[in-house]
Amino acid sequence: MTSAPRPVTGDPSSARSVLDAAALARVVDRMAHEVLEKTGGASDVVLLGIPTRGVHLARRLAARIEAFEGRPVPSGSLDTTLYRDDLRLKSPRALETTDLPVDGIDGKLVVLVDDVLFSGRTVRAALDALADLGRPRVVQLAVLVDRGHRELPIRADYVGKNVPTSLRETIHVQMSEIDGADGVLLGPAGGPA
Amino acid sequence: MNRHLLSASDLSLEDATLILDTAAEMATVKDRTVKKLPTLRGRTVVNLFFEDSTRTKTSFELAAKRLSADVINFAAKGSSVSKGETLKDTALTLEAMGTDAVVIRHSWSGAPVNLARIVRGSVVNAGDGTHEHPTQALLDAYTMREKLGRLEGLKVTIVGDILHSRVARSNVLLLRTLGADVTLVAPPTLLPVGVDAWPAEVSYDLDAVLPKSDVVMMLRVQRERMGAAYFPSAREYSRRYGLDVDRVRNLQDHAIVMHPGPMVRGMEIASEVADGLRSTIQDQVSNGVSVRMAVLYLLLGGSQSAIGSE
Repeated sequence: MTSAPRPVTGDPSSARSVLDAAALARVVDRMAHEVLEKTGGASDVVLLGIPTRGVHLARRLAARIEAFEGRPVPSGSLDTTLYRDDLRLKSPRALETTDLPVDGIDGKLVVLVDDVLFSGRTVRAALDALADLGRPRVVQLAVLVDRGHRELPIRADYVGKNVPTSLRETIHVQMSEIDGADGVLLGPAGGPA
Repeated sequence: MNRHLLSASDLSLEDATLILDTAAEMATVKDRTVKKLPTLRGRTVVNLFFEDSTRTKTSFELAAKRLSADVINFAAKGSSVSKGETLKDTALTLEAMGTDAVVIRHSWSGAPVNLARIVRGSVVNAGDGTHEHPTQALLDAYTMREKLGRLEGLKVTIVGDILHSRVARSNVLLLRTLGADVTLVAPPTLLPVGVDAWPAEVSYDLDAVLPKSDVVMMLRVQRERMGAAYFPSAREYSRRYGLDVDRVRNLQDHAIVMHPGPMVRGMEIASEVADGLRSTIQDQVSNGVSVRMAVLYLLLGGSQSAIGSE
């Protein structure tokens, strides 16, 4: 839902900034602290990002947690494409990388990381994918933006920012690794949902 | 409209690269405890094999099963084909049972193309006569890219029975698309008419070509397809065109030796070479499953196919 690179459509001047680069960095810092707090020091935490931007977000969270606690936290990526429930609705997509930390996920506290939580279908696919890869002790979810409109009983454990949206609006998370700059934009109504 | 994989020439550079990249991700499935993906759940794939095959049939079967498709294996022996049923009727019967894809191996060149005109599902050519074997070319390209890191500009030498080889034809077409330079080496009697028009160099002198090659692909002499004598004796063939230990010494350090199998040890390839460090024969077999998973996913995984011909 949110993993493919998306150009900003419509009139870019009418897109409203929800988070600028500095605010996004503060949000990531806060989420890193929350992970530490809620997991009692993140000793057996594995951060798994959902491609594309979730992977970069997971790496940033891992880097911040390491900066705060002085202990490295393994991070990786989990592609959900082959587990999606909408595969048959469109042309097959190119796969992204699934790259688990060397110690695997068995018995670990896995935090799934994505940029935007919307329908919840990507997270459902990620849970199915995880089950085929191993058996984590606990699975949690961290998202930078929760825009609402859930279609499944799924909620996030860590939310960077709640952004109420209409279905016709678009959320663009930009990360410097891919987009050249950091930020979250709320696109105008009428863009692709 | 459904799309098929009938010829290596159906694939553009983008298609071929997409398949190879997808195959690289599919390859990680074999290292998991659960070697299965739910992607083709509820789809049915028929393996329609009119010609003997161990590795291709098993490979397609495993690929479809790892993607959770239902697989029906249909061998011509013991079926209604031996009672005189035509290819068309066989295909229509299978389709009436609700199959989504047909993987066909047939001794007639062009049988898959005919089948594609009849059935509504996707058709994958798993080798037709002396014509084409596109998934073999894809797994060969995958193996080359995996071992040597690139395909663009690679010097690939294909040696042996080019005349009867669908593997050679598909490889020449695909490697051309992917930017490799192919040289065919064979006795003149084992080169097809019109080979000058192929996008490949032709040589009769193996020893001159070997030191320049990044990849040497040995082909089996297909005696079952030969009515007459194409060369004086197996021993003479082996001496001029077989890959033995002495010839391998003339290869560059990084060069790899490939064989699509089944091989005749001591004929086109010496046992020491087939089992040697440069040999990728086992890798080719295991890469075959990943590549076929990629092809099946890209043909059947979505609402419309991402690759292949109309």
